[in-house]
Amino acid sequence: MTVTGQTAVAESRPDFVELASRPVLKRKRPGQLIAMVVVGLFALMGAYIVVTNPGFGWPTVAKYLFDMRILNGLLTTIELTVIAMILGFVIGLVVAVMRMSENGLLRGVAGAYIWFFRGTPLLVQMLFWGFAAVLFPTIGIGIPGGPMLVEWNTNDVLPLFVAGILGLGLNEGAYMAEIVRAGLMGVPAGQSEASHAMGFSRMETLRHVVIPQAMKIILPPVGNETISMLKTTSLVIVIGVGDLLYNAQQIYARNLEQIPLLIVASLWYILLTTLLSLVQARIEKQYSRGNMLQVRKA
Amino acid sequence: MSEVQFLNVHKDFSGVEVLKGINFTVQAGQVACLIGPSGSGKSTLLRCVNHLETTSSGTILVGGRMIGYEVHGDRLIEAHQKDINKRRSRIGMVFQSFNLFGHMTALENVMMGPVKLLKVPKAQAEAEARELLAKVGLAERTGHYPAQLSGGQQQRVAIARALSMKPDLMLFDEPTSALDPELVGEVLDVMKALARDGMTMIVVTHEMGFAREVADVVAFMDGGVIVEAGDPREIISNPRHERTQAFLSKVL
Repeated sequence: MTVTGQTAVAESRPDFVELASRPVLKRKRPGQLIAMVVVGLFALMGAYIVVTNPGFGWPTVAKYLFDMRILNGLLTTIELTVIAMILGFVIGLVVAVMRMSENGLLRGVAGAYIWFFRGTPLLVQMLFWGFAAVLFPTIGIGIPGGPMLVEWNTNDVLPLFVAGILGLGLNEGAYMAEIVRAGLMGVPAGQSEASHAMGFSRMETLRHVVIPQAMKIILPPVGNETISMLKTTSLVIVIGVGDLLYNAQQIYARNLEQIPLLIVASLWYILLTTLLSLVQARIEKQYSRGNMLQVRKA
Repeated sequence: MSEVQFLNVHKDFSGVEVLKGINFTVQAGQVACLIGPSGSGKSTLLRCVNHLETTSSGTILVGGRMIGYEVHGDRLIEAHQKDINKRRSRIGMVFQSFNLFGHMTALENVMMGPVKLLKVPKAQAEAEARELLAKVGLAERTGHYPAQLSGGQQQRVAIARALSMKPDLMLFDEPTSALDPELVGEVLDVMKALARDGMTMIVVTHEMGFAREVADVVAFMDGGVIVEAGDPREIISNPRHERTQAFLSKVL
């Protein structure tokens, strides 16, 4: 006997017919409620402490949040971030291309660069740049072992700000190189092959075919690196560059209001990283669009 | 149009010989089909023609001139990359996996070579690109990105892109093998039209119908050698060699 659909149910399990006509219930999950209560209690506790403990010094925070020294430091932090990221990206691109070169020597140099700058702490590298003048009191162009043609005092041409940029940018370059390399390798080999078959050189292929397509892969981690860099710039305080944290430190060295001034600095850092996250999300959306959904008017 | 001569071409991949002395000539204006089982060396041979693969010994002449190599004393030496690029620009190549540039529209793909390599003014390159896309039946798809096109459409754009460089010779590496069966015809039609226009073509293919209908010469390859070559009707309908018979009995 063949039965189908409703009749099948009705014949085999008559008790199911009525049940099947009603919507399914949603099971209660008590765990969710418990989690909510626990998290809520902790949040309340936290808020209570933050508001009632006078050590946080909220009036002092408000007083210094827009202090000229803080705002100047903030500007320096932003400058350091932007310039170090640009330097890091350019170095990263060059080192990544070298790392993928057919020339073993170039590959070796690129490998050594990454090995060195990833292998030593950034804090130490930063101190090295700060003390560069001790290592090389003068820098110039000359004949190795012979006379110098031009010569400068290191402290004159390498102000602390530049030392900070070099410390951050050269280190960033090593990490960026790996990000860029992953991006370049993510573009299918057939793309380069088609370009070579048309008669494009290696460099033209890289520029017109590979890099534009690698950007989609490279951009999200570059966003992360930028956000990370914004905070890492605070390391320049060890060589005395007047960034946000350094200037906050200078203020609390005099008035001894350490916590409120650290809060001032933190508020600015978190505001900037939030803004950067928004920009990052925006750019990623832009990049993922072009290729898939839109038909270009042509 | 260019004649292509393979003169005693050998090739080994780290000790394994994949081409064992290929001697073969494709006359200017002819269509040659390379057929044979996978691993027989036919794609490798094709890729040697524009130096995407190097050869171990022997040489290939395109239009009477060596490609990829030049004479150095009594030996051959790899040519300058610039010369190789220049020769490649006159040889169109179509790949099994299309390889259209993913970040460019169909139109931009077809314009790119003329604009960047031949320095053709943009407006002129665009007009020519539109004409080529119309010729392959894609006048309505100029603004689409590769990901928005079917396999057959992508492959036709790829043919238009190759033609944009005004090649003397076209190489096809299994151009329909990655296509759904119902899309094969539209690509073969474009290739047939190209053959009728007198383009010199070397086609690695499993499409025996196409080979029989369009090819002037068919070469059956197996194990790195050309087992037999000649008139397609002869080779495909009356193969003399045992290995050719065995292969054709499986694919026909």
